[in-house]
Amino acid sequence: MRLLLLAITLVLPVWAAAQQENPAAVYEFDSRSQEVRFQNLLEELRCPKCQNQNIIDSNAPISKDMRERVYLMMQEGASNEEITNSLVARFGEFVRYKPKLESRTLLLWATPVLAVLIGVLVVGGVFIRSRRHGAQAAELSDEEREKASRALSNYDSDASR
Amino acid sequence: MKRLVLFVPVVLVVVLGVVLFAGIGKDPNHLESVLIGKPVPAFSLAALKQPGQSLDSSVFQGEVSLLNVWGTWCPACRDEHDDLVWLARERGIPIIGLNYKDKREAAMAWLDTLGDPYRLNIFDPEGRLGFDLGVYGAPETYVIDSKGIVRYRHVGPVDEKVWQQDLEPVVRKYREQG
Amino acid sequence: MYPELGQFALILALLLAVLLSIVPLAGSITGRESLQLFARPLAAGFFVFTALAFAILTHAFMVDDFSVAYVANNSNSMLPWYFKFSAVWGGHEGSLLLWILMLAGWTLAVSVFSRHLPTVMTSQVLSVLGMVSVGFLLFIVLTSNPFDRLLPNVPADGADLNPLLQDFGLIIHPPLLYMGYVGFSVAFAFAIAALINGRLDAAWARWSRPWTTVAWAFLSLGIALGSWWAYYELGWGGWWFWDPVENASLLPWLSGTALMHSLAVTEKRGVFKSWTVLLAIVTFSLSLLGTFLVRSGVLTSVHAFASDPERGVFLLGLLGITIISSLALYALRAPVVHSRSRYGSYSREIFLMLNNVMLVAATLLVLVGTLYPLVLDFLDLGRLSIGEPFFNLTFSPLAIAAGLLLGAGIFSRWKKTDGGWIGRKLLWPLAVSILAATAIMVIYGGFEPWAFAGCFTAVWITAATLTDIWDKSASKKGRWQGMRRLSRSYYGMVLGHLGVAITMLGASVVSNYGIEREIRMVPGDSVTMAGYQFNFLGMTQRQGANFTANVGNFEVFRDGRAVSTIRPEKREYQVRRDMMTEAGIDASLSRDLFVAVGEQLSSNAWAIRIQYKPLIRCLWLGALFMACGGFLAISDRRYRVRSKLAAKVAAQEEAAGGKSAPTEALS
Repeated sequence: MRLLLLAITLVLPVWAAAQQENPAAVYEFDSRSQEVRFQNLLEELRCPKCQNQNIIDSNAPISKDMRERVYLMMQEGASNEEITNSLVARFGEFVRYKPKLESRTLLLWATPVLAVLIGVLVVGGVFIRSRRHGAQAAELSDEEREKASRALSNYDSDASR
Repeated sequence: MKRLVLFVPVVLVVVLGVVLFAGIGKDPNHLESVLIGKPVPAFSLAALKQPGQSLDSSVFQGEVSLLNVWGTWCPACRDEHDDLVWLARERGIPIIGLNYKDKREAAMAWLDTLGDPYRLNIFDPEGRLGFDLGVYGAPETYVIDSKGIVRYRHVGPVDEKVWQQDLEPVVRKYREQG
Repeated sequence: MYPELGQFALILALLLAVLLSIVPLAGSITGRESLQLFARPLAAGFFVFTALAFAILTHAFMVDDFSVAYVANNSNSMLPWYFKFSAVWGGHEGSLLLWILMLAGWTLAVSVFSRHLPTVMTSQVLSVLGMVSVGFLLFIVLTSNPFDRLLPNVPADGADLNPLLQDFGLIIHPPLLYMGYVGFSVAFAFAIAALINGRLDAAWARWSRPWTTVAWAFLSLGIALGSWWAYYELGWGGWWFWDPVENASLLPWLSGTALMHSLAVTEKRGVFKSWTVLLAIVTFSLSLLGTFLVRSGVLTSVHAFASDPERGVFLLGLLGITIISSLALYALRAPVVHSRSRYGSYSREIFLMLNNVMLVAATLLVLVGTLYPLVLDFLDLGRLSIGEPFFNLTFSPLAIAAGLLLGAGIFSRWKKTDGGWIGRKLLWPLAVSILAATAIMVIYGGFEPWAFAGCFTAVWITAATLTDIWDKSASKKGRWQGMRRLSRSYYGMVLGHLGVAITMLGASVVSNYGIEREIRMVPGDSVTMAGYQFNFLGMTQRQGANFTANVGNFEVFRDGRAVSTIRPEKREYQVRRDMMTEAGIDASLSRDLFVAVGEQLSSNAWAIRIQYKPLIRCLWLGALFMACGGFLAISDRRYRVRSKLAAKVAAQEEAAGGKSAPTEALS
């Protein structure tokens, strides 16, 4: 991996050609799908300096540099993972907007799954318990019936819909 | 049992409160360098004052030094410049400069006018080495040990307090080891 | 002189709020009605002085009183008058004053519209609202005083309102949002009152419901407006970024939606009481958490107010005390009695329980995703970012699941429904949804799995809803009479659910079929996208009230016919020297054409960002439907007619010494 990084770094003279500092650049692509791939990649990378922006929206100089790197690596034929890893190797996991699944992010990724699972189990539990109770309490006892009719006649209860 | 379950939310909130309290005052934008413990990335760039001379990572070999990323376009770099001169002259700290995304003439004029604390200056007009180092906001100052390994990064201007609290301990530690 | 009066008014409001927190509550616990009766006048007084303080601050803005620090930091003499007005809530201190004004307003509303409630309940609810107000007023008076003066060095002119905020959206976005956030304090107060006096029943749920629904409706509008504003103001065409501040507004919305539905079950069936109370506490707690996150600086956000650790600590303390004490009260006093109700497998209760599961799972997801970086940092496990890609991936399945349950659940009945019957009812919606989703794939040119799922679910909800109206409006006197017979509450629900469907449709289509390109253009260039041809005519200059602008002129054609002219701008504001991009948008329900001017690449070449956004307006139209549904539902007869009857009952109860009504005997 380091070797690949090194190789790519040495290939960078292409990047050096005729650029002023912080140039604005609009990138051209061979196909629409390449363009979309580029945009999607940029949306997954975070500007290390900005107030929570991805590098497609941010105008900071470092974002421009990162976009340049992504473009160049794409032209070299690097995969999405290689490109992202190359930036992470320099700036840290902070620039990755979709956290890698590793031990410290297990709880994060598991949250929706666990929440739904536990929720469904609780609902299931309530439902099963109600079945058991319901079987017992389905009928009002005579005493309860009398109590109910007394209460109904005292209180003008408007039945809810 | 059911009553105990009802206490779960309170407990969670207390824990969350502690976490939030710890977060107050911290800078959420401060990033640790990923290169700590790794060698300075390979580079081949010209020296600022001697355009013909080519520099590479061997400039870091032999002693513990500071690598200071700066540019004439950066106001905070101007703020820290006097402190860097002090560090170099009064404390004898070797400082290697990385002139980042700058113009040669402007950089040299700046050093002539304000003083030159640097042993040497790497001229990086496109920011290539800066990018590989993970520089995201100048000024940044790195502590590099005698074998060329990155040991610490400080983001922002360096002043006496920063030196005493953050940089000096690291420099001392790796001098003793080296 | 006036600002000092304003400060004085705030202190008086604080004193009244303190009295409001203590006196009626003491009266309700000791049974002394004379003390309880203080609640209403105290609430009124509290509102009057808060409103006075707000009016004085507004006045300071309108007359350019730059001796007031807050005015000097957020306004400027060149600012148009309507922005001077909205600048009142453009910064931290003023927006907090707006917060407390809203809280005072809601408190007053509760005191006015609670004639039918037992006095004990009213006094407790108002006292709890008073307590929350005390906390916020202390925060304002001690750390965030909008009336601080800059004497004797009064600046000649102000620092101007941030240009991003100089916009119609800013005038109404925070007020709507705060109406929602603060509105949930009423449901919260009802919950706390119920825990204090032990009276937690179907009647309590009925009283809480309209307050919750209104707050929810306002919050829906506020969030939608924020999304719309970000879309046209920020110049990138995005409408939701899962930014911490946005998440902070979504959290109480998700939880509030669960609460609304849970209240419905508690009202109709008297079950889930503990859970509903917990949701009420949690929803308002999430509002408070949002307030903290936005102002404390613990999380990075494009939206955050200026942060200050001292304020952060105070706010966290306020938050902590409120939430921890309410949850502790909950843990100690919530009923643990199992209800003796029996639910069938496809009963409405089960469907609503599952609805709650999905909404609460979504709430947890957004909460954990937003706070996780803080937790990891606390544990020294490094700095992580959690953004759009993560949330989009994990939130979508939950939304789809909730939507599918919605469609099926519409046919469910209370207590018991035949599963086979529901299945048969769903056949037609199933067919229609598959057809419609497929048609959409064809129209927009390509199968996208998430788009299919989203569109399917949207149509599924719509078809089920319409089928249900059809079924319920069957009448011997004719369809029209049948429909008129259905209550406003029912139609409110219909609108709300249709709103969800419309939003889901918009989100699915625009996320998957939207096109975005950045292109280098010189005058005379032309670009084609989604059948539209964009011709760049060139740049011109324009002078605004407090800015100068470069205007891009674009003509759009389709099939040879002119569609519209779009004029995006790049503005430079004189005072702050900020550069702002104003996107040019040709809007319609079926699609937006979005053009923004990027950087200048050379003397006549510009980077132009052009976007095609199909069905994006549906996102906000759906939210509008949801809000209208909420407002319609609370105008239902039963909340008005019942008041006469309930007043009679309340009178009887008070004669009997405030004991609980016979409804208790039946539960």
